[in-house]
Amino acid sequence: MRVGLFLTCVNDTLYPGTGRATVRLLERLGVEVDFPAAQTCCGQMHYNTGYRHDAEPLARRYADTFADYDAIVVPSGSCAAMVRDNYPRLGRRARDEGRGEALAAHLDPVVPKTYELSEFLLDVLGVTDVGAYFPHRVTYHPTCHSSRMLGVGDRPLRLLRAVRGLTLLELPEKEQCCGFGGTFALKNPDVSAAMGTDKARHTIATGAEVLCAADNSCLMHIGGTLNRQRAGVRVMHLAEILASTESEPADPSSAPAAAGARAAGAPCAPAADCAPAAACAPASTTARGGSR
Amino acid sequence: MPAFPTFPKAAREATGNAQLRHNLRKATGTIRGKRAAVVAELDDWAELRRAGKQIKERTLRHLDTYLEQVEAAVIAAGGTVHWAADAAEANRIVTDLVRATGERDVIKVKSMATQEIGLNEALAEAGITAYETDLAELIVQLGDDRPSHILVPAIHRNRSEVREIFRDRMGEWGRPAPDDLTDEPADLAAAARRHLRERFLSSKVAISGANFLVAETGTAVVVESEGNGRMCLTLPETLISVVGIEKIVPTWADLEVFLQLLPRSSTGERMNPYTSTWTGTTAADGAGDGPGTFHLVLLDNGRTDTLADTVGRQALRCIRCSACLNVCPVYERAGGHAYGSVYPGPIGAILTPQLRGTADPLDASLPYASSLCGACYEVCPVAIDIPEVLVHLRERVVQGDAEHPRAKGHLAERVAMRAARTLLDSPRLLGAAQRAGIATRRLHPGRLPGPGAAWTDTRDLPQFPDESFRDWWARRSAAGEGAPAAPAAPARPTPEAGQTPEAGNAPASGDTPSTTPTSAPEERK
Ligand code: SF4
Repeated sequence: MRVGLFLTCVNDTLYPGTGRATVRLLERLGVEVDFPAAQTCCGQMHYNTGYRHDAEPLARRYADTFADYDAIVVPSGSCAAMVRDNYPRLGRRARDEGRGEALAAHLDPVVPKTYELSEFLLDVLGVTDVGAYFPHRVTYHPTCHSSRMLGVGDRPLRLLRAVRGLTLLELPEKEQCCGFGGTFALKNPDVSAAMGTDKARHTIATGAEVLCAADNSCLMHIGGTLNRQRAGVRVMHLAEILASTESEPADPSSAPAAAGARAAGAPCAPAADCAPAAACAPASTTARGGSR
Repeated sequence: MPAFPTFPKAAREATGNAQLRHNLRKATGTIRGKRAAVVAELDDWAELRRAGKQIKERTLRHLDTYLEQVEAAVIAAGGTVHWAADAAEANRIVTDLVRATGERDVIKVKSMATQEIGLNEALAEAGITAYETDLAELIVQLGDDRPSHILVPAIHRNRSEVREIFRDRMGEWGRPAPDDLTDEPADLAAAARRHLRERFLSSKVAISGANFLVAETGTAVVVESEGNGRMCLTLPETLISVVGIEKIVPTWADLEVFLQLLPRSSTGERMNPYTSTWTGTTAADGAGDGPGTFHLVLLDNGRTDTLADTVGRQALRCIRCSACLNVCPVYERAGGHAYGSVYPGPIGAILTPQLRGTADPLDASLPYASSLCGACYEVCPVAIDIPEVLVHLRERVVQGDAEHPRAKGHLAERVAMRAARTLLDSPRLLGAAQRAGIATRRLHPGRLPGPGAAWTDTRDLPQFPDESFRDWWARRSAAGEGAPAAPAAPARPTPEAGQTPEAGNAPASGDTPSTTPTSAPEERK
């Protein structure tokens, strides 16, 4: 089986640790995984903000890049949902606009082959116990796109329950959105912040050391809020917990989004589910010293 | 339309109002729980939901036929049918009808359609006073306020505020509140009942909406929980019902589906307390179940245009149960007034810009008043894919089309999106941008200017890592599969000794000067 890793532009750019963990995990399970370098972005930011025509070439690129793989693994519920839920819509809309079947014919083949990480592990590989070891208290946030659009259900929880040493804690009001929502965080900052603050409060209430999710964009938002509050709770992607073993344990305390880390800027990540764009490059170049 | 601020501005005020947030969280939280419990009782809920969706969908597809059927049936039953293309026409029709009766007072049973068209204001201009009889509407009316929820229009008020409103204002509208009025719900309800009873007994004209119109018999249906509707519908001599053209269900058998879907979704009840139906007028001999004179005003007001949009038309399936409001995390924080419309929450965000267009900045901001979390779609009893319509309307806002000229204020965003697309459509450019970001990360501000400031006010930003994944992969591949080795580009930053970036979710914490040559990669098999 030829497995392609679609890491997503956010992970590639800001969270390469998630990518390395995904590769390590899959290789440990005997999967030969490839990262085709032609990949970039699923087009979600453009699509969701109302720039569907700009999303089309990105979707086309995805389909071209991954056409020959038997399965495509995506460590991001929201980008996997973009492919599975919205690519067929892109095709339909193009057809409705009299642009023929070309786009649909292009996109359709990759849609059913695209799996979010937990789906791939359980549904394709058929493993629940991935041999991980992570002796920490963890709470899990089922991100909206993972749970509602993709319907991953309890797959991530089943994987986490099989991790040795891990204590799984229930997150109150877990199904409520964290308030990231891509460009929503920029367009409706007050509501977004209020939602993030509540999510952070619920996270802290669990007494967990680590908040886990399968979407780094949501974790960026919640982790950024926890950080600002110096809450001492780390955020980690599901892949990093599953990749952790006794011989190579992941250490949450070295997770960079830890409390006390200084606020550091990235050009435009909060604006999008997507990677930094040249257009959003930082307007100020004020150097900030480290505060540690 | 009055000038309301755009959604984000109005929402800022609401999120800052602790009392309001508390009221909303409590009210929506309670009703959310009740809904979930009674929905879980039915093992055929999914099928019911599918049936509700399909009945509405089919009716909308053949709406012209069903509208003619309704008209014929109402006339056959002794009623009169009026067609109103827009708000002004509907208001004119109703005002003329009331004038013709010679009355100056009318009672009203909750009707969102009449709020949508601003009927009370239009009647007031003609010297006619409309008295709201729904408890929550009464609170809103006495408080010179606007409704903020479909089902619980006074959700933003708590009981001590209600007591004050009753005590201060009730006298101006009729029987005053008793002097010893407390803020106990039973006490407040009793005061309202006494106040309203007088009104019911003295009024000769009533104006209502309808939850459904059954095409086969021309029957209007109102579903309510206080009984005030029943009073309005039975006591007066003349009844004028203003009903949106999308409210039709073909048959009584179809109605049955909605009488199950609606109360469970709406109030969390298995069955709602009062379901009133009336068909035409009472015959001269007193037989029949309608009023002496019955007028049905069929309201378009943007609905035909909405129907023409193949994606957006599903909003017309809405049965106004308000389940989507009660689960919406945005509504819970922003409150109903921020939506600047009688239809707030997720349904308001897709219905209002379709009925009113997107030329107004408020209406153009509504499709963005959502994080696209999908909770609304999950609970909607007629399966309206609200996120899909939101994205569709966002496209209309930014792209514009012949009938909906492009909204202003999106130029900068469009340029940025185009630039981002160019970058993201090229792995080479993306890689270059990543390396530039990494090389300059020491210079990135911790607080962003412009729109980004809203982000950095409450959240810390992630920092660029030492190396993008794509560069790590290239290095690893060059070194032989699975064993990435040694130094690559000398300019590439490195993690500080002891740091294990792969352990964490995110990029290295990065106070490290990033000029030292790369050490062996941190990950080995
Ligand atoms: S959109 Fe659906 S959930 Fe919302 S009020 Fe209408 S029917 Fe109810």
